[in-house]
Amino acid sequence: MALTRNDTTPLFSSDTANTLRLIVYLALAIGLMVSDHRNGWLARVRYAASAAIEPMYRLAALPSQLARDAGDAVADRTRLNARNAELERELLLAQARLNRLQTVREQNERLQQLLDAQRGLDVGVQLARIIDVDTDPFRHRVVVNAGMRQGVSAGEAVLDAHGVMGQVVEVLPDTSTVMLITDAAHALPVRSERTGMRAIARGTGALDALELQNIPISADIKPGDRLVTSGLGGHFPAGFPVGSVRRIRNDPSGMFAVATVAPSAALDRSGEVLILHDLPDPVGPPAPVSIEGPPAAAAQQ
Amino acid sequence: MNRLRANDWLFWGSVFAGYLLQLMPLPQALLPLKPWWLALILVYWTLEAPEHVSLGRAFVLGLVGDLLVGDLLGEQALRLCIFCFILMRFRARLRFFPMWQQALAVLALLVNDRIVLLAERAVAGLGGAPPSYWLAPLVGALAWPWVFLLLDDARARLRARES
Repeated sequence: MALTRNDTTPLFSSDTANTLRLIVYLALAIGLMVSDHRNGWLARVRYAASAAIEPMYRLAALPSQLARDAGDAVADRTRLNARNAELERELLLAQARLNRLQTVREQNERLQQLLDAQRGLDVGVQLARIIDVDTDPFRHRVVVNAGMRQGVSAGEAVLDAHGVMGQVVEVLPDTSTVMLITDAAHALPVRSERTGMRAIARGTGALDALELQNIPISADIKPGDRLVTSGLGGHFPAGFPVGSVRRIRNDPSGMFAVATVAPSAALDRSGEVLILHDLPDPVGPPAPVSIEGPPAAAAQQ
Repeated sequence: MNRLRANDWLFWGSVFAGYLLQLMPLPQALLPLKPWWLALILVYWTLEAPEHVSLGRAFVLGLVGDLLVGDLLGEQALRLCIFCFILMRFRARLRFFPMWQQALAVLALLVNDRIVLLAERAVAGLGGAPPSYWLAPLVGALAWPWVFLLLDDARARLRARES
């Protein structure tokens, strides 16, 4: 320890210099993180650097794209036929439902005209495709191939055929990042379809579960209840399916119940998604559940 | 001069490949297993050709990684700086370890990095991590010998062609 040889001195000083440099860089990184957290610089820097980032995403997604294309190319005929038949059946069902909705819509329009309501129910949607890149396995984000130039802006809701997927959190010129509803930092206001009870569905960080916390023990909620967006808060339009209650348990304090919800959107699959452009009903209480009219089960037929 | 340039190409090429591998999609079940490729590649360059790696470069490479991932500017930069700093400290010893000991050292480094990341997340208010969070360093340590062999082979070939 007490050895102080002359030739070790430069080595020692270079170590000190290195340590100093490390400290400087660490301070710099922490400063960057803090200011980014506060001001959201990263979004702006990323927007500026998008010319480099977007091709990188496309390139990284290329192998899986190729694999999928190859799978399509060699998919056997019977499977394709089965898939086709299934899709046709689904289309028929959807068509029938649409026809029924069409009459309801016409009726609705007439009534609205009678009421002289200005608010349109038309929802501007845009089809986008998920680009197969994952940025961080512990955050649930996906990248889609529509961005600023396609008219997407941050905060817009993203849906798939079965329900709400998430919302746009970041927009680049030709791509945008969507935070899924299961991200641990995500929460969305929901309403039970059966009882109208409102709650907040929080992401858990697991791709197949949401959580409703702080439900009163006495609340009327049971497994199988379907949850839809309540439209409160103005981020998501009301009435889109979010998931169904899978399990209810007491929280550790015993004062409230916690419900685990299975999201209805196919979050783990990639493909086409819908981005909702404008919110038909930005703020305000959810529409009251009508007591008259067909029960929910009949409305689905 | 020429060799240096070829080596530079290999360095930047491997870093680019590291970024691509980072972004590359995997099946859902395998996602938590994805090792930190960029760090593994930098381990190779630090051990074998340290003139390519400095703390400043680690910082910049980390920043680029942050830009690509889009989480928080400076997150990877911080981790990569700590990673490379420890690596440079122990470089002289690590270089002459047999492969399995090197893999263990890489494991220790990656676990340390996971702890740093956990601390960062705690500060950012993201909370705890699932058990699978700790699997990635293991996979990284298992992948290390292959990364080493691949890059070493590529470098040896370059050298052989030029001389």
